[in-house]
Amino acid sequence: MKPFDYVKPATLADAVAAAAQPGAAYLAAGTNLIDLMKGGVSRPDRLVDVTHLPGLDRIEHLPDGGVRIGALVSNAGLAHDTDFAKAYPAVAEALLSGASAQLRNAATVGGNLLQRTRCAYFYDTASRCNKRAAGSGCDAREGENRLHAVLGWSEQCIATHPSDFCVPLVALDAVVEIEGRNGRRELPLEELHRLPGETPERETVLEPGDLITAVRLPAAARDFAAHARYLKVRERTSYAFAVVSAAAALQIENGKIKDARVALGGIAAKPWRSRVAEQVLKGATPDAQNFREAAQAALAVAKPSGDNAFKIELARRVIVRALTLATAGTPARISALPGSPFAANSGALHA
Amino acid sequence: MPELNPTQNPVHMRHGSNIGQPLTRRDGILKVKGQAEYAADHHPKGMLFAVIANASIARGRVTSLDIAAAKAHPGVIDVMTSSHKPKLAIDPDIKTNPFVFRMEVLQSDEIRYAGQSIAVVIAETLEAATEGAALLSPRYAALPARVGLDAGESFEPPVVGVGNPTAHVHGDVEAGLAAAAKTVEAVYETPPQYHNAMEPHAVVASWDGDRLSIDTPSQAMVMARARVAELFGIPAENIQIRSPFLGGGFGSKGFLTGPQILGVMAARLVGKPVKLVLRREQMYGPVGHRAPTRQRLRMGVDGDGRLVAIDHHARTVSSSYDDFYEPAAGASHTLYASRAIRTTHDAVRVDTGTPLFMRAPGEATGSIALESMIDEMAFACGIDPLDFRLQNYAEVEPITGKPFSSKALRECYAQGAARFGWDKRRLAPRTMRDESGLLVGWGMGTATFPALMFMAEARAAIRRDGSGVMEIGAHDMGQGAWTALAQIAADGLGLDLDKVEFRSGTSDLPDGGIAGGSAHTATAGNAIHNAGAAVIAKLADLATKDERSPLFGAGNTGVVARDGRLHRRDDESRSESYADILTRAGLAEIDARATGAADPAAQAEYAMHAHGAVFAEVKVDPDLGQVRVTRMVGAFAAGRIINPRMVQSQLYGGMIWGLSFALHEEAITDRRSGRIMNANLAEYHIPVNADVPALDVLTVDEHDPHVNALGIKGVGEIGITGSAGAVANAVWHATGVRVRRFPIRIDELLT
Repeated sequence: MKPFDYVKPATLADAVAAAAQPGAAYLAAGTNLIDLMKGGVSRPDRLVDVTHLPGLDRIEHLPDGGVRIGALVSNAGLAHDTDFAKAYPAVAEALLSGASAQLRNAATVGGNLLQRTRCAYFYDTASRCNKRAAGSGCDAREGENRLHAVLGWSEQCIATHPSDFCVPLVALDAVVEIEGRNGRRELPLEELHRLPGETPERETVLEPGDLITAVRLPAAARDFAAHARYLKVRERTSYAFAVVSAAAALQIENGKIKDARVALGGIAAKPWRSRVAEQVLKGATPDAQNFREAAQAALAVAKPSGDNAFKIELARRVIVRALTLATAGTPARISALPGSPFAANSGALHA
Repeated sequence: MPELNPTQNPVHMRHGSNIGQPLTRRDGILKVKGQAEYAADHHPKGMLFAVIANASIARGRVTSLDIAAAKAHPGVIDVMTSSHKPKLAIDPDIKTNPFVFRMEVLQSDEIRYAGQSIAVVIAETLEAATEGAALLSPRYAALPARVGLDAGESFEPPVVGVGNPTAHVHGDVEAGLAAAAKTVEAVYETPPQYHNAMEPHAVVASWDGDRLSIDTPSQAMVMARARVAELFGIPAENIQIRSPFLGGGFGSKGFLTGPQILGVMAARLVGKPVKLVLRREQMYGPVGHRAPTRQRLRMGVDGDGRLVAIDHHARTVSSSYDDFYEPAAGASHTLYASRAIRTTHDAVRVDTGTPLFMRAPGEATGSIALESMIDEMAFACGIDPLDFRLQNYAEVEPITGKPFSSKALRECYAQGAARFGWDKRRLAPRTMRDESGLLVGWGMGTATFPALMFMAEARAAIRRDGSGVMEIGAHDMGQGAWTALAQIAADGLGLDLDKVEFRSGTSDLPDGGIAGGSAHTATAGNAIHNAGAAVIAKLADLATKDERSPLFGAGNTGVVARDGRLHRRDDESRSESYADILTRAGLAEIDARATGAADPAAQAEYAMHAHGAVFAEVKVDPDLGQVRVTRMVGAFAAGRIINPRMVQSQLYGGMIWGLSFALHEEAITDRRSGRIMNANLAEYHIPVNADVPALDVLTVDEHDPHVNALGIKGVGEIGITGSAGAVANAVWHATGVRVRRFPIRIDELLT
């Protein structure tokens, strides 16, 4: 492993200053970064350990009814927070559908947002990858790309963002709080990740030194709690990234959809909020016909980036199913197989 | 029978006092507490770390390495390359016997496959060695990689597997097909798969002059020692290999691999102990794998649904530089009666590490194709798949006409089907649903694996304190050899298990043979059994010839050994303890050695196979295509069961691997570069706990008087056979979609 400096700043300001220098990277749980370093994919000169910064590990219920989740809260800690899971069940379900119990215990909220793609060509340092080495080319485009993007990709990059957590977050208008060289700012999560375009090496809008300190969910996101689900199709029952996933959240009044949220995972370089699908659903009755129409709208601009046309049809079906499950109502308890098509009758004790 | 073999008449033994007990692993507590020392746990004083640099091209040669950059890195001691390395005594590409496979130990700059070792960096720390390897920045002269089953001209290899004929013809297949009332034909594909033992290949090597000590996992220590001896030109007795525990082998640790030799070379080069441990991705190349196959099957039945012809052709690959051919079509030799059977193989050469033995080599790949085809034929005939198998039951081995030494497959079918509830299956596919609307499918497969034996030796001793010793360089890969073999040893010595010191796992002990081919318990077990018999015979000789003994005059076969005493067979009240016999004789201990091996006469007369029947239930989401196995029942007949708990565990493992074969495992190779793109356990999927249902294993009683004296057939590999096909057939029954390319993926089920 390449030698690196390790610093453990005591304050946010010190952390930002230390990480703003070229070659620096923030270290939280390291569940992704350390693997990347071992593989020579990331070769930082300096790790800025933020795990000891004060005040970032709290879940705060805000006076306006929203919630602020500190960037250092663990995935497991958040998913198992009873109040949180009750208010934002699809987020808890998404968290528990990801990774393994061990990883969820370690991985942090901030780190989850910034995890890197699982594109094999990004990890294989002998391959050309515009994301890893800008301008080098994309070996995935003509390679083994069955699981790559079908939305928002470019000739320069067809990688997907692997997060489950981000999918319901983006659906529910999450806001990211950032500490940077010019102080504190915030932006909608939907604007954090960039589509690849001509510059796939720039994955987010963050600037050097920027540190995500918290994720906020607005009070209005609670209004979907009764009809909110996350559904994740994957190639084994647990510990696998999504082939396609979807978050669906509805407000249903008098047999009509008052408001709807739909987002997809595993199909683009960012968590994919589908406002066109939401438009189809608003004011409509929650039925199969309308769900199919919403799904068609969501994937209208999709196109295969390789051997992955099946993901487009699969994504439509995942949206329809997620909406169907959301309509049926959020279950009182999260299944032992969270987010799984087998959740309802798994018979499993754990995943 | 050639000569009198004491095992043929084990009069002194009382079976079942230790054998047959479901003991837990004797090494279990050590393992749970982390006290079982695996190879990489060793850390001799002054030890350095070696890390291999790997080729990123699949074919060509290395033109330069930045050795200066690596050496300049703090902590790096040396860089071993093709031009800077200890001289080997022989060219490692010379095949000195059929069990030598070629390896890459920096003998040239040539690159044979992606991931091949091209240099070794030796440093004071693992981190420094790792970075040193990264700093080598190799340059290459690359040639186009040859990838996949159509990579080049195909040819018929001289043999497949270990010396098996490439083609086997019994009867006239074409005539059978032409005359058949119904025929079916299909092509099945299986992907490359990698063993992925939990424990990576590791070696800790220390030289002392021309004496060598090696900690490394091995499924065949004495064979490994011979290979090291010939490569380094030192006597085998100068080499001590320790391999008390393996974190899984599955065939990948059967032969010493290139990386293990590189560790020994590195220690020689720097004159200090060296540790070399493969990273997970480095296990996808130099340690063998299961080759991909494309299998074309044709079958014909007569008007009564009886098979008249089976034609099974398998295409596979080998490396560009060595020969191993997955004998997949051989699966059709033994299971189903047919007037005509033809099995053939061909192959292409690709730029890959040589494919080798991986749990049930040939049987596993062949089984999923054969069992799928049988299922297709049964449906074409409108017959229940179990009934179809029963009406084509082989009473004798179809390809040879030999009787089976024992075959309780009918009982396996019956007991497995009853436990599963098979009689409630609907014949037509896509006709069963559960309460939540998921598609339900039931499938089955027949399991089989040959009952093999190799050669092993053991030394038994009885000590003056009445305790016993059994020594054998056997191999515990996690399957439970420390326990099951000790049980055989205790019975062989006529002692309780806690009175027996069972020594195993090092190369200075008598040759325990190979832990492979599902034959270890049979082979090492019979050596142990015979050594026990031999030492008891010596002890009896002492007693019966000594007029001071109560056994005086009883004669050699006139005594029975039990609980540390010899008893007169005709008068059990007359007995003497082992301790008293040895004390009176003034001996500290008495010992004897014996071997265990197959009986060629019995093998010539009988076909010897274990059998089983596996039944699987899957559920499939009708819209989303995701599959989950929800039930599996396996009923197996494998001769005498030494330890039911260990056997159950082996069969569980095999069935899970079968499930994995059908639904999960595939090494994804970039078709341009020949690099494996998912060489890690996050992306190379094997089942996780949530994929594995409650498994039900039944062992069907089977007494086999011919296979060996203990009647053991072996259970290491049979579990994967039958199981993969059962799951695949269940997916078809659930969905009506016949997927013939494995693993079955969501894409194909999105109808």
